[in-house]
Amino acid sequence: MATDISKIHEKSPWQDITPGNQIYGAGTSKDFMTGEWRTQTPVLDAEKCTQCLLCTPVCPDSCIPVKDMKREDFDLEHCKGCGICAKACPFGAISMREGQ
Amino acid sequence: MGIRERLSGNEAVAYAIKQINPDVMPAFPITPSTEIPQYVAGYIANGEIDTEFIPVESEHSSMSATLGASAAGARALTATSSCGMALMWEELYVAASNRLPVVLALVNRALSGPININCDHSDSMGARDSGWIQIYAENNQEAYDNFLQAYRIAEHKDVRLPVMICQDGFITSHAVENIELIEDDKVKAFVGEYNPENYLLNAEQPMAVGPYATSPYYMETKKGQREAMINAKDVILEVGREFGAMSGRSYGFYEGYQLEDADYVMVIIGSAAGTAKDAVDILRDAGKKVGILKVRVFRPFPAKELALALQNAKAIAIMDRAESFSGEGGPLGTELTTALFHAKSTAKVVNYFYGLGGRDFRVENAEAVFEEIASKDNIEPYQYIGLRQ
Ligand code: SF4
Ligand code: SF4
Repeated sequence: MATDISKIHEKSPWQDITPGNQIYGAGTSKDFMTGEWRTQTPVLDAEKCTQCLLCTPVCPDSCIPVKDMKREDFDLEHCKGCGICAKACPFGAISMREGQ
Repeated sequence: MGIRERLSGNEAVAYAIKQINPDVMPAFPITPSTEIPQYVAGYIANGEIDTEFIPVESEHSSMSATLGASAAGARALTATSSCGMALMWEELYVAASNRLPVVLALVNRALSGPININCDHSDSMGARDSGWIQIYAENNQEAYDNFLQAYRIAEHKDVRLPVMICQDGFITSHAVENIELIEDDKVKAFVGEYNPENYLLNAEQPMAVGPYATSPYYMETKKGQREAMINAKDVILEVGREFGAMSGRSYGFYEGYQLEDADYVMVIIGSAAGTAKDAVDILRDAGKKVGILKVRVFRPFPAKELALALQNAKAIAIMDRAESFSGEGGPLGTELTTALFHAKSTAKVVNYFYGLGGRDFRVENAEAVFEEIASKDNIEPYQYIGLRQ
């Protein structure tokens, strides 16, 4: 039986943690909300963004989705707040704010 | 009626492995366990079994390969002793925390240093907190019988933990004794096939083994491991009973020898229990009410059961074949004393270190222990047997 990863979170009682932390099923990381680890949050200034798309490929967590050749807002359910995108943006369109 | 033979402990375990015909055995030689993979490799070379033997470059690798095979869905095992086990240290914990039901044929030998190839329990006792089930044998027969029960316990769905089948280096592993083997078909029926619900080679259901667990998950994971260890208690008893129905030899957490009405009891693990039984026979002939409690299962620790079995004892000698260097008791001494405290026992308890690095433990040593705990009131709580001073 596949593991329902959405039921495993930081409030889960020990009974809900799978034996050996084994996860049955593939591609489950998208259902695992690791964004809660974040201590800083990227903020996009849409005015300054030129849609050059340099930020998207540098995000280690694939948290800058692109649709129709345009970047969308951050996937904060998985963004770890590392700030790499802010450093990479040549137009100063991404700033980091403290906290989630 | 089984097959009468005479085998060493290593031969007996290798024979059990042959009868089980497990899928994968990675191994690296180390005295005194070397013969086990050696005999198994012989069975494979002769076409008697089709176990995949992996010669590896170290014990770190032998246990790693055993775990990899198990995660892939194979019934896997390895064998080792002493420093070989020390080199597996990381993987011992990984086996238990990943809930991989592998079996380790451990031939107990003193850990270095000083370097020494003889028997004591410092290797397995050092690994007592690694999350493995530990079952100890007094002789070749028990080593064989315990091994045949190991996978039934390890693979049980409520357990899924690795099992260490321990026998005393040289004393048991190399001494040839009579043994009663069980017919192949009976063994096969008893052990059964391994059909894990999930395994890495199952293309239908991909899975992840050993993911990183941050602090919000680690403690809950450990609690799950603890529960599995507690669940193992019922499974060990059930498998021991079933084994008895098949073979005529039943097993529990411990064996009592003249224990029922004994005032003075020695609690001991492994081959030295046989020596101590001789002392009990001699002292019983002289009218002394002495007995033995031989611990078979050390992990999970059957605290309540042992305390109950000792409830009528006036004095208890707890024998440790391993130091713990707390400056206080040894592993068995400390844990059993805790169990007795919780059971509100008022018995006198003395913890003896004996047989370290293969030091002889003789019938007269056991007799002297009984004499001491029966006659003296203020005994040093921690002592060595046979120490020159
Ligand atoms: S802060 Fe890091 S994780 Fe978040 S979107 Fe930017 S690069 Fe990705
Ligand atoms: S790098 Fe900056 S400007 Fe380019 S798409 Fe990303 S946010 Fe917009």
